[in-house]
Amino acid sequence: MKNLNVFKIKIAGQAGQGIKSAGLILSKFVTRSGFNTYNYTEYPSLIRGGHNVMHINICKDEVAGPSIYTDLLIALNQESIFKHRDTLSKNSFVIYDKDSKMKTDLLPEYVKVLPVPLSKIALDSGGDSLLSNVVALGVATFLLDGDIKIFEDLIKEEYKKYPEILKSDLIAIEMGYNYAKENFIEVATGFYKLEKSQNNIENKMVLNGNESITIAAITAGMQFASIYPMTPITNILHNLAKFQNDYKYVYMQPEDEISAINLAIGASFAGVRAMTATSGGGFCLMAEGYGLAGMTEIPLVIIEGMRTGPATGLPTWSSQADLQFILHAHQDEFPRLVLAAGDVKEAFYLTMEAFYLADKYQTPVVVLVDKNICEHEQSLPFLNFEEYRIDRGKLQKEFDPEFKRYLLSTNGISARSMPGVGNFFVANSDEHDENGYSSENHENRIKQMEKRMTKLETCKKQNMPEPVLYGPKNADLTIISWGSNKGSILQALNEFENVNFLHLTWMNPFPVEAVLKVLKSAQKVVLVECNYTGQLGQVIAQHTGIIIEDKVLKYDGRPFFVEEVINIIKTRLSNKSIINNKNNKNDGGTK
Amino acid sequence: MTTMLDLTTPNVPTWCPGCGNFTLWHSFKTAAVQEGWDNNNTALVAGIGCHGHLVNFTKLTSFEGLHGRALPVAEGMKMGNSRLNVFVFTGDGDCFGEGGNHFIHCCRRNHNINIVLHDNGLYALTTGQTSPLTFHDIKTKSTPNGNPDNPFNPLVMAISAGATFVARCYAGDMKQLTEIFIKANKHQGLSFIDVLQPCHTFNKILTAEFYKENTYYLEENYDPTNKVKAFERAHEFGLKQIPLGIFYTEEKPTFESQFDQLENTPLIAIPVERKDLNLLMKKFS
Repeated sequence: MKNLNVFKIKIAGQAGQGIKSAGLILSKFVTRSGFNTYNYTEYPSLIRGGHNVMHINICKDEVAGPSIYTDLLIALNQESIFKHRDTLSKNSFVIYDKDSKMKTDLLPEYVKVLPVPLSKIALDSGGDSLLSNVVALGVATFLLDGDIKIFEDLIKEEYKKYPEILKSDLIAIEMGYNYAKENFIEVATGFYKLEKSQNNIENKMVLNGNESITIAAITAGMQFASIYPMTPITNILHNLAKFQNDYKYVYMQPEDEISAINLAIGASFAGVRAMTATSGGGFCLMAEGYGLAGMTEIPLVIIEGMRTGPATGLPTWSSQADLQFILHAHQDEFPRLVLAAGDVKEAFYLTMEAFYLADKYQTPVVVLVDKNICEHEQSLPFLNFEEYRIDRGKLQKEFDPEFKRYLLSTNGISARSMPGVGNFFVANSDEHDENGYSSENHENRIKQMEKRMTKLETCKKQNMPEPVLYGPKNADLTIISWGSNKGSILQALNEFENVNFLHLTWMNPFPVEAVLKVLKSAQKVVLVECNYTGQLGQVIAQHTGIIIEDKVLKYDGRPFFVEEVINIIKTRLSNKSIINNKNNKNDGGTK
Repeated sequence: MTTMLDLTTPNVPTWCPGCGNFTLWHSFKTAAVQEGWDNNNTALVAGIGCHGHLVNFTKLTSFEGLHGRALPVAEGMKMGNSRLNVFVFTGDGDCFGEGGNHFIHCCRRNHNINIVLHDNGLYALTTGQTSPLTFHDIKTKSTPNGNPDNPFNPLVMAISAGATFVARCYAGDMKQLTEIFIKANKHQGLSFIDVLQPCHTFNKILTAEFYKENTYYLEENYDPTNKVKAFERAHEFGLKQIPLGIFYTEEKPTFESQFDQLENTPLIAIPVERKDLNLLMKKFS
């Protein structure tokens, strides 16, 4: 058991007030001060207006999940107070604009309010009232006993191309800091402190999943990406587009997701490492190309960032409800490798692995991430890519008059080639023979089908790792989950000695034996997922025959907060009959 | 040196006797022999339809993709290896029904590839329904009371969408077709060739006789760089009034030539090395 001392900040206001940028710079500040952050953002699908909030959880140790409660609320409008007052406790503080007409009398009495003339200082600093967020950060820096110099450096780096903004931002942060120094000396005593940490702050960054996937793709030698914009993966394409000149690959924006996947397939056929990315809605359009890659045995990496709801749904919220879709999309059967990341770091390693697997098995590899991973930052040490080797698999680059693209093989893998090296072959979406010529011969169909499907068995034997069981081997309660729930569960696990957590990242092929072993020896099992039907539970039942009765399912677009997971664990540890209670949907509840 | 024999596979064409695909296919192979298109420099992409079977009878590396999706595959292929001559064989259903959106954007972006439209005015592989190029009022299996739709004009469509080489040929004129295949491939940018071809089995109107009687060649002094004229002539279509030849050409940067990071090197020729990412990661610190 480890008591994490997490300080929970929320910056809230309306879209356009710089919530995200303030939160991001604050988390970089905290990281450079030797601490760690986990950010969580809620925003609507709008450019202006609507409520935005960014949570910045700060801790000396690693912090991995979002929290419900708030220690410091920076409220940039009235709505922020209404929306978040229930998350405040007697140790909480609220910074708000003293000169605005904001009402604070609705706050519980025990909350400490810190009125600051945010917009006045913003105007005095030479900017406009939009700089209120920076002024508030100055106040927070003082209260946290942070080093204002670090903040100034960050602002200088961020706005070096915009001298006017840079100048007013620097003044604003300093004025905010000084205002707090003059008015809140007493408050500052007893406030959470960014004590000078011994942690190494060199080579640390603040990264979200979209960024770690971008870095992974570049590391893996990706040469071509065609991605149509869609929340929550849009920032993958922004980043890939931005860095393409430095790293000599091509990003192109296609007309739609159908084109995106077919472009990547065409590029991969030509011999280059190719990828695409989308969300569930875009993947609906890609379902056709998904099977095409499987049938023609084209290596392809697909990133699928899950968001809430069918159709347009809740575009900017998170979900884990595309698992069964990815496992079954497209008609008939073909080998698909499906991996699911649990956090920013795992998204990095699994994306690199996906490129390796795609080339080795010459088939589509999907990396599933959810919006919580795509868009939420974490402090991380620089990612380790030193051991990664680019291996293009069985790629025939020399002319071979006897070359047969779909030569039968015991492990399912045949040599592939590429146009331009003299080898003749047909990548054929029709069932085909070893050369790629269309064939409806029944024996050929059986042989080619078996050859393709054998790749799954080979992959299982040669590449699939055992899933990780966090916590003690023997426990009173075993949590089974996947995706971004990992962070909150791991953080909650710190509070218990007798709970463990099986985190699954390989969905196809599936680690049947390992899961069976855990399930058979577990005292009590709870399945935690962000979907309505318990899709991972279905996968487990399908492979092991074991149905997990106790499911905690959440499908409101919000993640499992750490407090909710703690609650789930406590209820189960204290209630021995819970396993028979089938009606506990949304037990985690919402705020 | 490519010979006809080099382009031959063990498979026998499965088209109906008298199908326009035969002469189109032969003209293409003639052009390939003349120009030395082979497995070191050329790749084909086919859609789904009678035309698509061509990949089984032509010994050039090819990709037979999904119905309507030949174009994005071809674009990706050219992006991956800009040294390849890329020919897309597609039908009027494939290209303008299922794949209409891709066609517009392919022309607009001016990919340096060649689109060969097998234009028989209906769906043949599915045994005779209307295509987006079937004339109004025509009776087919899907329109027993006459086609209520109006057809696209593929040439007008190509020119307005941004194609930079637009031609029409008759499948029966192998000499012109061969020449135009060669010119299209030499052209830097999106080349679109509408090949009128009879489908003896299902199209009883657009027959070989019909085309022989009603087509004529654009005048020798016709200026294909005049876009307004090109639109005017592309709109011409009627009895004794179907022009053949190169309607429009334009010099414009190709899509593939605009990626500075490639420095005119094909993507495939840029060595894939593991990159030092510490600099990249510093941007996030």
